[in-house]
Amino acid sequence: MSVLAIDNLSLALPKLADRAHAVQGLSLAIDAGETLCVVGESGSGKSMTAHAVIGLLPNAVKPAGGSIRLAGRELIGLTEGEMRKLRGRDVGMIFQEPMTSLNPVMRISDQILETFESHRMFDAQQRMRRTFELLEEVGLPDPKHIARAFPHELSGGQRQRVMIAVALALEPKLLIADEPTTALDVTTQAQILKLVDELRHKHGTAVLFITHDFGVVAEIADDVAVLQNGLCVESGRAQDVLENPTHDYTKRLLAAVPSLTPPPPKDLSGEPDALIVRNLHKTYGGRGFFSGNARKVIAAKDVEFTIKRGETLGLVGESGSGKSTVGRCIMRLTEPDDGFIKVGDTEFHGVPPRQLRPLRKRIQMVFQDPYASLNPRRTAGRIIAEGPEAQGVPRVDAEKRARELLELVGLGASSAERYPHEFSGGQRQRIGIARALALEPDVLVADEPVSALDVSVQAQILDLIQDLQKRLGLAILFVTHDLRVAAQVCDRIAVMQRGEIVELEPTARLFENPKHPYTRSLLAAVPGAHAKMAAA
Amino acid sequence: MKAFFKRFARNKGAVVGLIILAIILAAAILAPLLYPTSPWRMVTRPFLPPMSPGGFWLGTDALGRDVASGIMHGARVSLIIGLVSTLTALAIGIPIGALAGYFGGLIDDALMRFTEFFQTIPAFALAIVIVAILQPSLYSIVLAIAIVSWPPVARLVRGEVLSLRSREYVQASIVIGQSTSRIILTQVLPNTIAPITVMASIMVASAILLESALSFLGLGDPNMMTWGYMIGAGRTRLIEAWWISFFPGVAIFLTVLALNLVGEGLNDALNPRLSREGG
Amino acid sequence: MPLLRFIAGRLVKGVIVLIAIATVNFFLIRAAPGDPASVLAGEAGAADEEFIRQLREQFGLDQPIMTQLWLYLTDIVTLDLGFSYRQGRPVLELIMERLPATLLLTGAAFIFSLTLGIVFGILAARRVGKWSDTAITTGALFFYATPLFWIALMSQIIFALWLGWLPNTGFRTIGADYTGLRYALDVGMHLILPAATLGLFFTALYTRMMRASMLEIAGSDFVKTARAKGVPEGRIVRRHIARNAILPVVTLAGLQAGQIVGGAVLTETVFGWPGIGRLMFEALAQRDYQVLLGVFFVSSAMVVLFNLITDIVYRVADPRIEVGR
Repeated sequence: MSVLAIDNLSLALPKLADRAHAVQGLSLAIDAGETLCVVGESGSGKSMTAHAVIGLLPNAVKPAGGSIRLAGRELIGLTEGEMRKLRGRDVGMIFQEPMTSLNPVMRISDQILETFESHRMFDAQQRMRRTFELLEEVGLPDPKHIARAFPHELSGGQRQRVMIAVALALEPKLLIADEPTTALDVTTQAQILKLVDELRHKHGTAVLFITHDFGVVAEIADDVAVLQNGLCVESGRAQDVLENPTHDYTKRLLAAVPSLTPPPPKDLSGEPDALIVRNLHKTYGGRGFFSGNARKVIAAKDVEFTIKRGETLGLVGESGSGKSTVGRCIMRLTEPDDGFIKVGDTEFHGVPPRQLRPLRKRIQMVFQDPYASLNPRRTAGRIIAEGPEAQGVPRVDAEKRARELLELVGLGASSAERYPHEFSGGQRQRIGIARALALEPDVLVADEPVSALDVSVQAQILDLIQDLQKRLGLAILFVTHDLRVAAQVCDRIAVMQRGEIVELEPTARLFENPKHPYTRSLLAAVPGAHAKMAAA
Repeated sequence: MKAFFKRFARNKGAVVGLIILAIILAAAILAPLLYPTSPWRMVTRPFLPPMSPGGFWLGTDALGRDVASGIMHGARVSLIIGLVSTLTALAIGIPIGALAGYFGGLIDDALMRFTEFFQTIPAFALAIVIVAILQPSLYSIVLAIAIVSWPPVARLVRGEVLSLRSREYVQASIVIGQSTSRIILTQVLPNTIAPITVMASIMVASAILLESALSFLGLGDPNMMTWGYMIGAGRTRLIEAWWISFFPGVAIFLTVLALNLVGEGLNDALNPRLSREGG
Repeated sequence: MPLLRFIAGRLVKGVIVLIAIATVNFFLIRAAPGDPASVLAGEAGAADEEFIRQLREQFGLDQPIMTQLWLYLTDIVTLDLGFSYRQGRPVLELIMERLPATLLLTGAAFIFSLTLGIVFGILAARRVGKWSDTAITTGALFFYATPLFWIALMSQIIFALWLGWLPNTGFRTIGADYTGLRYALDVGMHLILPAATLGLFFTALYTRMMRASMLEIAGSDFVKTARAKGVPEGRIVRRHIARNAILPVVTLAGLQAGQIVGGAVLTETVFGWPGIGRLMFEALAQRDYQVLLGVFFVSSAMVVLFNLITDIVYRVADPRIEVGR
């Protein structure tokens, strides 16, 4: 008998939603000790499915048919009191955001003890012992110390381990994991995935793993179900689906996953240097007269690189590596403590603000968040035209150029009159790119330009960027945390750790023969790096 | 614009508040027409109860003055003082907050210490002291209220500007080369108008409460009949002539309530968030 | 110990604030219309030439302004707050006599308002949308919008004069010589109306804040985690939602300290409560500016101390804040 058996499940959405059902006619089954990944993009209904199993659907969403059976017991129709007894004991759940998923005013040990107390299991002594065992089992160092700590004293990865301890405290039959690694660094992600895998083998737990990342599927899944707009379009053994997808959508999703094969090398021998950076330093901490000793953070130390015209250099690192800071310092959005920056043949560092403004058009930026990088009160055309206008171009010409650029990025000139909220995430990112190009820069700094987009849209934007580079001869500094994305578009990659560049090589060489230990661990951590997946 | 009015109208409380405000505004405007004689003039016997014949539907006070007339004329004073002192407080607080939030660093530290200092002083006590020493008049009252009310504005504006400054579209404006003053005026401040407006409506309400408290203590402008003064004047005759203190209090309550309701309506209309539905 | 260092640091800052307030006092006197000496002498003292001469000497009114400021500040530091001609006693004495009554009143009002506000806020949030929620929020709005002194007057009429349940004015029953427990009870009876009316405005404020905070926290991720663990609902409300929702309310209460002290002026006036608020009212009527400024200074000191206490309480309650900073 399967641990979890979902049969023809439908979840109804409230009237004003963009479709009638969050999930329709969904069927899947997980056996003990097996992992099933539910894959889909945002809005596919995968998260709703997870919440339905544990009975934590939002008030507005209700089951409208089908059945959910946990070890043979029907869950739909149970009272809240009955569901509560199941939660934590027969089914455990871990969530996406480790930073907000733990009660900030409760000690770690209390958070685990609470599970025992709520289900009246064990006596006080046994509970404490079990708590320490759990903390050790999830790989937390110094369990005695961590037990007394508060969540804010732990890192994201550590918090996620605590969450796993909490969820598995009573050894439930089923563990539901709702994108638990999406908010984590690549190396931490790898560790957590390994931990979940180990634990399920050890305890025979069935795992329902929600994700949008096919790499994760390749890494840990026994079975997979692909969701699109609430419908399951394909399911089966993971290996089969990954290597031989049958449905179009699955094929598209797999094709969009950036592989680790680098682009063909370009001939850049005759090209001039477009961006030169030397001795870049930036340290944060201890600002202002009246504040105390804030902790010092070295964001950039002795950073140095050169980008030629037509070349893309990737700046890859995890959070806290300083990669975004480097990008911002080069743009002089944040002032570096020290450094030499030259854009083309113009020195960029040290130029006082008033003279800096006209120089800014040589180097432009594409931002990460398509929802926050456009002023909601301006039309697309105005947003793009503002740049040239600020540089002295008359309004009429600027607006004409805006329309041309909108065509160039694939949006059509008529979208100039529309407001940002009328566009999708990918389309807004195109507007952001058009804005950057409006000033005809020589260098483009792209700060995680596709991180906030769905996989299928990512591929389109990356193609657009590469296409524009070929046409306009841009030099691009591509900042990202995702090695696979970097592999797709970058000619050379610089790996950053704690403010320093530890390795800078052409992409192919970096992947074949990584020299620095950090680079090696980074490459090893990429989920599904060694699996076979159907390519484009 | 139309969407704004629709969202506002959805909050029934806010609509009620707006209606009440309209009535009070009408009373203020129509006062000299309906009650042309000064409210200070003795018009008939003292201590007439409400609904007395002769049109004295709210009664008269210890000196034979018409309570209804006092309330109508008091409306003008309250609204004017409320409005002017709030505008003055905004004129002080907005620039301080905007500069502190945008430039950060030492300027921010200095300005915020200055603001904190003003917030530590008990507001009402300071207002009393200012009005007492400068002698009670319309100007000293407005000044006192403004001085006491600007710190929360500065904090709010600073907070908004700070969060907007790191918003990516503001960073984009810097990157494309817009000048600082243009950025502050056209990108940052327009997006702070919503929370400032909501706060302003609440501030007018507080100003009216503050002014009435000052008048109650005898610190009102001696030439103006205000609601607070009327309440204070009726204090000694509370048992026999409760209406002298009662009705002006109701007037204050309605005005302040209306302003608060409108403020909440504005908040809903300008910040369309769904958290109101609860759960 | 970081906590001690923190307290020491804040006390130092508090002293700086008080010096700044004294300086503000100083310049306010100079800003008044007329000669500073007659301003300081007050209405009654202005007629007495000798008194005015003494004042000129004491405050060095013919000396350069910086010397004057120095004299004034050193006076304050030695707790010399001036002399009230009208009452014939040093201002400090007058204030010290009445300070305990005000502390009792504001303390009681604070505890009353915070406790009630939190309780009602939780109730309203748990029954959101139902009629009890509407009743509580409407009640809160009512007490928030009504002037404090008017509520005081009306409750005086209703509870003391009409119904006779509670005493009308004053601190204790005059003439009856109670001691010990009976005395405490007597004072307590007299305390009920003033403390309740002073606290009602703030109760309304805290109720609204707590309700909003509860509703916001209820949607937090960690509450979902607690549900996923199978924690019973009552415990979730107590240990997860309310425990976190209380924090912004405590912060707000701290910031409101200045308001309560100010509101005491009105309450003490209406109820004849013999505290420094009523002293301030009398000083206003008598144009006794030294007393006025003295009360102002002392109430500011109260607020500074009060802010420090709430700050410490908050830091102990919220482990995310490092106590030493």
